[in-house]
Amino acid sequence: MSTTQPVIIDPHARRRSRTMGVFLILIGLLIYGAFVRSSSVGQLATFGMNPGRQTQAMRIPDITLPVLTSLYVMSLLSVALGVGQLVWGWRRAEGLVLGLVAGLLALAFLTWAARGQSLNLVGILEAAVQRATPIALAALSGVICERSGIINIAIEGMMLTAAMVSSLVGSVTHNLTIALLVSILVSGLLGALLAVLSIRYKVNQIISGTAINILATGATSFISAKFMAPYEYLNTPGKFANWPVPLLSRIPVIGPVFFESNVVVYLLFILLIVVHVMLYYTRWGLRTRAIGEHPRAADTLGVDVLRMRYINVFVGGMVAGLGGVFLVLGSVPRFDELMTAGKGYIGLAAMIFGNWNPFGAFGASLIFGFTETFQAKLQILKVPIPSQFMRMLPYLITMIVLAGVVGRSVPPAAEGQVYEKQ
Amino acid sequence: MKRSPRDRQQRAQPFWMPLLAIVTALILGGILIIVSDLEVIAAFTRIPRQVAVPFTDPSTQVSLEEALWKHPNEVQVGDGVLVDGRTLRVVEEVTDPSKQIALSEARKLYPTLGPGVTIYYNFWQKPTVGLKAAWHSVKTAYVALFEGSIGNPKQMVQALAAWLKGDPSLLSRAFYPLSESLVTSTPYILTGLAVALGFRAGLFNIGAEGQYFVGGLTSVWVGYSLKGLPIYVHLPLTILAGAVGGGLWGAIPGLLKAKTGGHEVINTIMMNYIAFALSDWLLNGPMMRPGGFRPISPEIEPSARLPRFFGGDIRFHAGFFVALAMAALVYWLLFKTTIGYELRTVGANPRAARYAGISLTRNIVLAMFLSGGLAGMAGANDIAGVIYYMPNAFSAGYGWDSIALALLGRSHPVGVVLAALLFGTLRAGATRMQSVAQIPIDIISILQAMIIIFIAAPEIIRSLYRLKKPSTAELALAGGDTAEGAQA
Repeated sequence: MSTTQPVIIDPHARRRSRTMGVFLILIGLLIYGAFVRSSSVGQLATFGMNPGRQTQAMRIPDITLPVLTSLYVMSLLSVALGVGQLVWGWRRAEGLVLGLVAGLLALAFLTWAARGQSLNLVGILEAAVQRATPIALAALSGVICERSGIINIAIEGMMLTAAMVSSLVGSVTHNLTIALLVSILVSGLLGALLAVLSIRYKVNQIISGTAINILATGATSFISAKFMAPYEYLNTPGKFANWPVPLLSRIPVIGPVFFESNVVVYLLFILLIVVHVMLYYTRWGLRTRAIGEHPRAADTLGVDVLRMRYINVFVGGMVAGLGGVFLVLGSVPRFDELMTAGKGYIGLAAMIFGNWNPFGAFGASLIFGFTETFQAKLQILKVPIPSQFMRMLPYLITMIVLAGVVGRSVPPAAEGQVYEKQ
Repeated sequence: MKRSPRDRQQRAQPFWMPLLAIVTALILGGILIIVSDLEVIAAFTRIPRQVAVPFTDPSTQVSLEEALWKHPNEVQVGDGVLVDGRTLRVVEEVTDPSKQIALSEARKLYPTLGPGVTIYYNFWQKPTVGLKAAWHSVKTAYVALFEGSIGNPKQMVQALAAWLKGDPSLLSRAFYPLSESLVTSTPYILTGLAVALGFRAGLFNIGAEGQYFVGGLTSVWVGYSLKGLPIYVHLPLTILAGAVGGGLWGAIPGLLKAKTGGHEVINTIMMNYIAFALSDWLLNGPMMRPGGFRPISPEIEPSARLPRFFGGDIRFHAGFFVALAMAALVYWLLFKTTIGYELRTVGANPRAARYAGISLTRNIVLAMFLSGGLAGMAGANDIAGVIYYMPNAFSAGYGWDSIALALLGRSHPVGVVLAALLFGTLRAGATRMQSVAQIPIDIISILQAMIIIFIAAPEIIRSLYRLKKPSTAELALAGGDTAEGAQA
């Protein structure tokens, strides 16, 4: 919230780029130190490349990797990328390189954890996408709101509300489409409340977001305890069927992971593309970014700043609501009190990690979803790392990214500030 | 943080504005209670009424629960017991005459009816029934809220009278609610102070929850691992450990903010979840109670416990006075010392502070350390004063509530203490409201959210009650009489 945001020239850019190089090398060394040294020659790791269930995807052979050799390769690759960063810098590809090394670290971890055993990689990826979906929707909601200069800390509350409403409406009407529409409308209205409080009444955006979170927590738990717990038939909405996309679902690995899901996941994919295109290639997007960076200038050029912000926050609320709908109608088809369990905040973290870009946020959500999935696998594989540390990882990564030690994450300049029309 | 003219207007609110916000929230809460009450819904649509000849008089009955309190293990349903000099019949539940209808009344609607049958009213046939049910619903709820938070005044007077006559047995039951309210208020005072101190320095400490957790962890560790110390060493050490633990946990986002500009809101939220995971790991591993399977820590030594003043169920403990002392200390620090002056200057105008040679880094880190320390002390207080061990589900949402507290108390220690007493009593009373009137305790969160909104956006209240806007002259005047203005 410092008022002295670096606008164009970042004086710390050189130091940052150097820090990132060192960081990449450290990851390479970490792979060596933590994994290579505790593996022995001749161990094999088998990755299952076919889902464990009946699918339309073509079957491909499982992949067997010699553990030690692969780990050496991954470690050296990370170090090499780090050295490359130090010597000439990856410049615009920095984000990609960082993602690549993060992927290498994850893969190295998997290889090491699966040494001497077999692991169904596709199964893990499938679960990771399922877990990433609500996070990605929350992050996308954050992108839409914050790009226009409104901090939306109430995503958690919006998701929770939409989850409750979708279960209630789905149970009463027995129509999941109506349930979906009503619940995203309700969470859109919460977005409108956030907008009215922040724009019309000029309440600090953190405070209005907090109020909405408390309100949503209270209201959903109240209704759940008063009506949905004693009358079980009000909390049995049914579930969206999985709906394989023709052709695409037949691609090995990618098919079962992405294209055999339910409608909410597809809506996420569509929204990602739509928001990306809208944000960077249309008038709406240009205006949204302008009012998030410098509302006064945009206003001078005739953009209706406040109206744009109202629209964006309303839409952002609806997108967050979709995430809540997924939690109920897309996975466990029932509502439980506080079932979002901080997914809205992880979504905010993914948004920051993804540098306020739709696809960046999606990538970050996938990483978070992957770490969440992997917690469960750790115990099965008897890996001597407490699952709680895996649970901390997304939050730690976010703090590191936000601190600008590695990568660079710059929020919209006018974020959180009240705009007074003159 | 930029200080807009709006902030000044917020400070210029008259003193009754928070009270009006609370009353409005309670009124809206009452409407919610009525609307969500199934009996009221039934009364407005179909009202089942048992046709009875004659009405059973509830004044001749006593509920089993009540009777068992007086004569443990001796009474059964159907017995007659002596209560306050009258013989009353013990029944499962005192019969409510509002669920019955007299035969003569019923025959006006259905001429052939006999007693014992249940008939249904429609609201328009007898609107008073619906309105009565609504009134009954909200009255039961708020009476339960009051009795659960303060106590039943009649019982309290009786207990005091009996105590003067030398029989203290009734005291503990009569004053239990009041004690619980104060016990609940104690962590609220401390976490509210934590957030308020952050506000004064221009920082949003949303991480009070995590700091409370970490404070609980460090204090419980000092509490059970050190043995054989005298209480006047061990107890302060335990509380201090909580404060230091929470303080360091809060100082990390402060340092990140000061050094890298990373927003403290996001970082404190992240630190919350890291704290939960850390506590989960510690309680399932290194700090798990030996020989147990549940994720709870060992009990702290008796020498690390805050003394309680009364025996029995009364949990009121010395921590309440610790919290009050901290409020006084925070007041002194903020308004009577150079450190506080610097903190407030950084909060009010960071650029001016820097020009004046005040170190932003030092003050931001210090503010977050003190803020986290207060929240950590709240955790230590609950460990050393109430539960004596650390469970995995330690907190009850203090982190978010404390933001409401700081707003309601206008970030002033006195205001925060008053707001904390209010929230503590509400929360304690809601437990009874839940059991007596079947209103989920979560209604308190709804009330809190409304209070935050009304305090933060006073125009809503103004337009609701058609109050006129304060003139610019008034605003200019009021701008000078805020705590900050008085000091500067």
